[in-house]
Amino acid sequence: MTTHPTHAAERRTPARTRWLLAAGLVAASGAWAGLYWLNERVWTWLAEDALGLSRDTRWVEAVHFFAYDTAKIALLLTGIVFVVSLLRTFLTIERTRAMLGGKREGVGNVLAAGLGVATPFCSCSAVPAFIGFVKAGVPLGVTLSFLIASPLVNEIAVGLLWTAFGWRVALLYVTAGLTIAIVAGWALGRLRPERWVEPFVLAPSLLASPQGGAAGIAARTPTMQERVRTALTEVREILGKVWPYLLVAVALGAAIHGWVPADLIARVAGESNPAGVLAAVGLGVPLYSNAAGALPLVEVLAAKGVPMGTLLAFMMSVVALSLPEMVLLRRVLKPRLLAIFAGVVAAGIVAVGYLFNAILA
Amino acid sequence: MEITVLGPGCANCQRLEANVNAALEAAGTQATVTHVTDYAQIAAWDVMSTPGLAVNGRVVSTGRVPSVAEVAELIASA
Repeated sequence: MTTHPTHAAERRTPARTRWLLAAGLVAASGAWAGLYWLNERVWTWLAEDALGLSRDTRWVEAVHFFAYDTAKIALLLTGIVFVVSLLRTFLTIERTRAMLGGKREGVGNVLAAGLGVATPFCSCSAVPAFIGFVKAGVPLGVTLSFLIASPLVNEIAVGLLWTAFGWRVALLYVTAGLTIAIVAGWALGRLRPERWVEPFVLAPSLLASPQGGAAGIAARTPTMQERVRTALTEVREILGKVWPYLLVAVALGAAIHGWVPADLIARVAGESNPAGVLAAVGLGVPLYSNAAGALPLVEVLAAKGVPMGTLLAFMMSVVALSLPEMVLLRRVLKPRLLAIFAGVVAAGIVAVGYLFNAILA
Repeated sequence: MEITVLGPGCANCQRLEANVNAALEAAGTQATVTHVTDYAQIAAWDVMSTPGLAVNGRVVSTGRVPSVAEVAELIASA
């Protein structure tokens, strides 16, 4: 059977479609910006002018907050996920593997952490990706740096933190996440983790040349139209997954905002409590949510005076380690390594929390 | 013609298999469709992100769920 190489020229989106796509994107951006700007004004108008209610009343304020914050975060999610997914179509995990293959530890850990953030990666592919990296000669510690960075430096979290607290906090978050991924991955690599990897992953038969060869797939460049379609699908899927968590988180945030007194929170998680960071991480790790679900709580707690280091630690512990991902990784990592993995990441997050509280105070 | 869907059985893998069946039916093509769910075997195909799709032993798509139209195109050009 003759192979038919796919020429990039044959698969380019026709010029007219490109213009339509570009026009569509510009129009959508305008609409998005308009909705974002209108958001708070609409709800305030609705409460005060249309219904004649006073925002000084607790429950009115709570409902106003609920509507406004939900809409705001939904809009932000749409924008961030679309743009990031679109950009990510330029990088595939096969290319990442090619870049990491054979790199030594140290440099490899840094590169892997950066690529972990940039490469499109679904936790559901954690196992095939892990095996794929091992096959390509990527050291285990480097692979772990990738696996830590990917969920930890979550683009949604970065975007939401930026809008809520400014670019400095967002940058702090990214730096902290990358550092934890690099150091934890490197440290785990030093422990000779091969002894705690499921044998089939390292089996020579598995490491032999692949049948069929998916390497050719990397050569198939997506057209602009396919990139946009991928990005739109990502937005739909993420919104679809996230909306229940978002509603619960905003409702909880609204309740805390209106009814929980600041001094109660200060006692548990405020500056005066040295165990605050530990409490935050202890709460965050078992929580199954995503960045969009964590942010409304973070916003409200910040307003109540919880220090930023503690809040960042909370956010990171929610997104970095998830039970579904741990269950999946159990297929390739023995329980001991899995536990050490989770422990090292959690410890890193706690350290970062204390460090930032000290720096930012 | 042999079509292989590679994935652990998550929702996306089911969708891909459904799209494959729909594409085959629409084109009236006869083919055996196998669904590989064992991770070791998926890795042997060198697929790093699931779901993956292979036609006659050659991997044509990974990490996404191609639409019915795309699957038809992939099958036709294999």
